[in-house]
Amino acid sequence: MKKGTLLRHTFTHIFIIALGLLMIYPIVWMIISSFKPNNMIFSDPGIIPKAVTIDNYISGWKGYAGTSFGRFFTNSILMCAGAVIGNLIACTMAAYAFARLKFVGRGFWFAVMMLTLMLPAHVTLVPRYILFNTFGWVGSYLPIIVPKFLATDAFFVFLLVQFMRSLPKELEEAAIIDGAGKVGVFLRIIVPLASPALVTVALFTFLWTWDDFFNHLLYLTTPETFSVSRALRTFVGDAGAVTNWGGALAMAALSMIPPFILFFSLQKYFVEGISTTGIKG
Amino acid sequence: MSRKSRIIKSFKRNASAYMFLAPWLLGFLVLTVYPMAYSLWLGFTDYDFTMPDATQWIGIGNYLKMFGPMFGQSEFMASSGELIRADPYYLKSLAVTFTYVFVSVPLKLIVALGVAMLLNQKIRGVSFYRAAYYIPTLLGGSVAIAVLWRKLFEKDGLVNVLLGVIGFTDLPGWVTNPKYALWTLVLLTVWQFGSSMIIFLAGLKQIPQEYYESASVDGATKVRQFFSITIPLLSPVILFNLVMQMIYAFQAFTQAYIIGGGSGGVLNSTLFYTLHLYLQGWTYHEMGYASAMAWVLLLIIGLLTALVFRTSGLWVSYGVGE
Repeated sequence: MKKGTLLRHTFTHIFIIALGLLMIYPIVWMIISSFKPNNMIFSDPGIIPKAVTIDNYISGWKGYAGTSFGRFFTNSILMCAGAVIGNLIACTMAAYAFARLKFVGRGFWFAVMMLTLMLPAHVTLVPRYILFNTFGWVGSYLPIIVPKFLATDAFFVFLLVQFMRSLPKELEEAAIIDGAGKVGVFLRIIVPLASPALVTVALFTFLWTWDDFFNHLLYLTTPETFSVSRALRTFVGDAGAVTNWGGALAMAALSMIPPFILFFSLQKYFVEGISTTGIKG
Repeated sequence: MSRKSRIIKSFKRNASAYMFLAPWLLGFLVLTVYPMAYSLWLGFTDYDFTMPDATQWIGIGNYLKMFGPMFGQSEFMASSGELIRADPYYLKSLAVTFTYVFVSVPLKLIVALGVAMLLNQKIRGVSFYRAAYYIPTLLGGSVAIAVLWRKLFEKDGLVNVLLGVIGFTDLPGWVTNPKYALWTLVLLTVWQFGSSMIIFLAGLKQIPQEYYESASVDGATKVRQFFSITIPLLSPVILFNLVMQMIYAFQAFTQAYIIGGGSGGVLNSTLFYTLHLYLQGWTYHEMGYASAMAWVLLLIIGLLTALVFRTSGLWVSYGVGE
């Protein structure tokens, strides 16, 4: 390598690292600060704490209105699990039809599905709320989970269609010659072959449901049903005032653990999911 | 094969396909088509969630309520004979949202492209850096980050402490000052450039290296190469990112809600469109009005998307060099 190039590379590296540190500084600071005594959180911008305590975790864990964060985490995990199962079943089925089956109206329905990708959720918001309210579902997880079983996340249908179209046809044809029906082909050929894309779908469904706030605000009305993100909001008062910042930061830090674990263990699926469909963010 | 058996076969094929499509189709009809039609109707009524039986048709009353102040109208008679007061905050929420979208989206894309180009070089550890840059996006939409942001930009928050260290005094409380509150939200959005960056990075990898090599041989500068090779070849990806980010930005909610403490912040400086819609529909139970607002949002997004696509012929090139 030429000397000039080496120098430029070193500079690029330093710049990239510095920028990266700046990017994650707020998050690192948040995690570190959650271990600082409450009165020292903001007097000390440093990364290395002068005193370490887990008091914030103890006080934050107590939660809201007699319900602890243990409950909120359980609620969130169960709700996310339901959402993931729903999306995996319904989106995969729809994608298989669009990608692999010939039927009357396929082009039309596919175009319609692509249009719903761009539809702002708000035009369906009020009637959906009224509908779920007449079912008596407001205050439960059903308004959040049931739509997943009806493949309302067109993004994932699109992602899976893209993936399934790229699969080789030969295995399917062989299975049909062996006498397999559509269901057999779907379950034994398509689903296993599409598993990388299914991981991406599961991953993003989990994360979005975990991080979602708007639907939780609308539909989770009692503290016993609160999700983690809905519960975190209770730390911030209506005027934006927060009394227990230590507890708020501690619970906010805890709420990031599941996304972190998923991200670092399944990074490659993230990159694939984002670059094939341009998933939001 | 007889005609009859052909028909049966075709019917079976269609039936099995529609069986796979059934959940989506049901969801589309029950959770998209029906609600859309219903909300279109609600938009012309004074539907109140707490007293649905008193619902009256008020014609374009809700739309006058939104845009009346533009023509100096503060109240007017609806077709039902009901006196309707114009919404004094609607235009404010529209202005806040437009400012937010038109500043944050281009900035986000510029930063994303810049970083993607930085990471597109032959350097070691790219996947590690890519991960580091993606972390704010991974967590950025969450309540946790919104709570953190609120605290970072308060009067005695971390940002002011840091600025104090390098000698600044008399600093404002950024999130509580109506002059700056929206800009903290813009910054929060730009910080989450990770997804766009990954898409750009994937797009950059598709550009054949030979183009740059032969441009170099011809004596083209790096800047020239950027504008004559990178931008044109990447333009479909830029278009895609632009449209998607714009659509999302119009629907931003959580950060404004948390940072404003459940309202539009001081002097409604962060009264995002969707936040205003939520407050109208769920705090004041004006669901007819909220539905009308949702339809205007759909129209705005639809028109802007169409406009971007229409003008894209001028700057987007497909299939160059393929």
